Amino acid sequence: MRVIFAQVSDGWQWDMEYALEILPAIARGLWQTVQATIIGITIGMVLGLVLALLRRSPSRVVSWSTAAVIEFVRGTPLLVQLFFIFFVLPNFGLTLSPFVTLVVGLGLHYGTYTSESYRAGIDNVERGQWEASTALNLPSTTTWTRVILPQAIPTVIPALGNYLVAMFKDAPLGMGIAAGGVLLAAQSAASRSFQPVEPYTVMGLLFLAVSIPAALFVRYLEKRYGYQRG
Amino acid sequence: MAISEAEPIPTSDVMVRMRGINLIYGENHVLRDLDLEVAPGEKVVIIGPSGSGKTTILRVIMTLARPTSGTVEIDGRHLYHHEKSGDLVAAGEKHIREVRSDISMVFQHFNLFPHMSAIENTMLAPIKVLGLSKEEARQRGADLLKVVGLAAKIDNYPAELSGGQKQRVAIARALAMRPKVMLFDEVTSALDPELVGEVLAVLKDIAQSGTMTMMLVTHEMGFAREAADRVLMFDHGNVLEEGTPEKILHQPEHERTKAFLRAVLAH
Amino acid sequence: MLSGGQLQVLVEGAWFTVQVFLLAAALGTVLSLIFGIAGLSENRVFRGISRVYVEVARGASAIVLVFFAAFAVPIILGIPPQIFAAAVIALGVNMGGYGAEVVRAGIQSVSRGQTEASIALNLTARDRLRHVTLPQAIVVMIPPYGNLSIEVMKGTALVSLVGLADLTGEAQNLRVQRAILADPPTSAAIFGTALIAYFVLSQVIALFFRWLERRVGGSWYKERA
Repeated sequence: MRVIFAQVSDGWQWDMEYALEILPAIARGLWQTVQATIIGITIGMVLGLVLALLRRSPSRVVSWSTAAVIEFVRGTPLLVQLFFIFFVLPNFGLTLSPFVTLVVGLGLHYGTYTSESYRAGIDNVERGQWEASTALNLPSTTTWTRVILPQAIPTVIPALGNYLVAMFKDAPLGMGIAAGGVLLAAQSAASRSFQPVEPYTVMGLLFLAVSIPAALFVRYLEKRYGYQRG
Repeated sequence: MAISEAEPIPTSDVMVRMRGINLIYGENHVLRDLDLEVAPGEKVVIIGPSGSGKTTILRVIMTLARPTSGTVEIDGRHLYHHEKSGDLVAAGEKHIREVRSDISMVFQHFNLFPHMSAIENTMLAPIKVLGLSKEEARQRGADLLKVVGLAAKIDNYPAELSGGQKQRVAIARALAMRPKVMLFDEVTSALDPELVGEVLAVLKDIAQSGTMTMMLVTHEMGFAREAADRVLMFDHGNVLEEGTPEKILHQPEHERTKAFLRAVLAH
Repeated sequence: MLSGGQLQVLVEGAWFTVQVFLLAAALGTVLSLIFGIAGLSENRVFRGISRVYVEVARGASAIVLVFFAAFAVPIILGIPPQIFAAAVIALGVNMGGYGAEVVRAGIQSVSRGQTEASIALNLTARDRLRHVTLPQAIVVMIPPYGNLSIEVMKGTALVSLVGLADLTGEAQNLRVQRAILADPPTSAAIFGTALIAYFVLSQVIALFFRWLERRVGGSWYKERA
């Protein structure tokens, strides 16, 4: 549809040659975005489980402060959190590169979302499983690692799929701290050539080419594997 | 106000006529070559085992289920077809709506509008479909709710009513449309036993004081005995046998009917 | 800590954020209703258009849409750039994609029995939608719509990347100004305050939707037949 508009106004026409010229650079940027997403979701999955377990701590202090942190991170924009990590933490001795800042930020932000999914998954494991573990006198660690978590984690997988796709859509924000990615690549091309249409269009199309199939795949997985347990 | 004042006058000598009705749903031949006629003012009770297709008959008349083949006529007018130079053509939505206005239905699970009070439930369709003013609809609704014994509850919401009260509101709502035919789909089956009586009382009132044509699918044999003109035993998609309540309930001919009655009356 | 003047700047930014949010949410709500209802239409074309809109509006991600709308669209249409309008429209279109699914799910949650009762009463499809289905669907839609609204409000932060002076944009400006100020505020103070402001906004929205659910639901919501 965008190509149909190629001759809509005077003086502007789709420059196919230029579009093909910048395609590799933007595709490289897209790959950076994908990498950031994959690393970010890994951090998020692990952090989410940690947060969920902390949230269930018998200690009121731990459980309550974890809940507060989760609530705060979920209620504030990822972009501002990235700025915070990038500009404020160096004052406390922790200087991270833009790319690392991005994946840490993504991991932290989405870790709070996934922690809610883990919590729901753990809560949904039947009471009977806990009671059976007590009856068999299993030590706590064994109960968690061999009985509860193996049943809780599979229910979380469909939600994780959704968060993966959502994270991919947030990852281009790394441009705000010059962390590479598809948006930064498009913007660089646009500011060099003063031709913004081709870079942003190519960016958009490449982006859709990844995000829509990913979303459909996640939905397919959901139908096949998700929501089977209670 | 008596219920009979709410009824319009039929124009034909057959109120409901179903001819050659087949309904095939997937692999299920739910209705098989069904022919059925109901006279104006007749009270017909349909009994039979589940899966026999008896509820589907009512749903076909109410246009909640489309027959695969066959015709339905309401008071002389074709429901799913109209006549075009001597031939029957499939009718459009507009025609179906017009003929459908003569039919009302009361459901097993009430299906009251939960976000409206009892009186508002009875008012919505008369205002939107029959074009009554708000005052006229309110008056009609209040009268009908009084007739079914719920004068004190007209402003209550369904969540505040018992099952029997909800069903009586549903009956009032159906009556507010002044139908020529009323269909009742197992309207007491979802009620606690002690609430069944109040609903049956209203049904008996309608049956005995007016000229309403009624078709009821029910297990309530007592009601059939007292109020029905005809009882149809339904099985495997068609009428197995039919007759007066005395005949069907006390002297059934078919083995299936006898077995069914034994099972139902055993409770 | 931040000086009075600096706080003032952030407050102005916050007000700008609220305006962007309200306008985008207004557009997003309209689009959600249109495409949500269209997605349930018996007309296959309407359903198809709705599906395409939902997939693209969601798949494109807000940031991609904002940049495209702000910088590419004006050139294509031959009009002068309108960053503010472009950002609001892009955010609204993005929200509409998610909101349409909330609307669709809400309408589908209304039981079949309600539809059958409406048919039995001979209501037209339009009257049924307006008087029976939507009133019941809306109560179901409110919680997920509240969550979506909070996400959209948080999403307005990215308009700072196209140069608009929202809360995040003003925070960035303050940070840059640190180099030239005699007694600069710390980055922690700047971004910490901004985060707190966003948090307050998201809680206000959450409270609003909880109130809305109680108000629209009323006593009848406890039982849905």
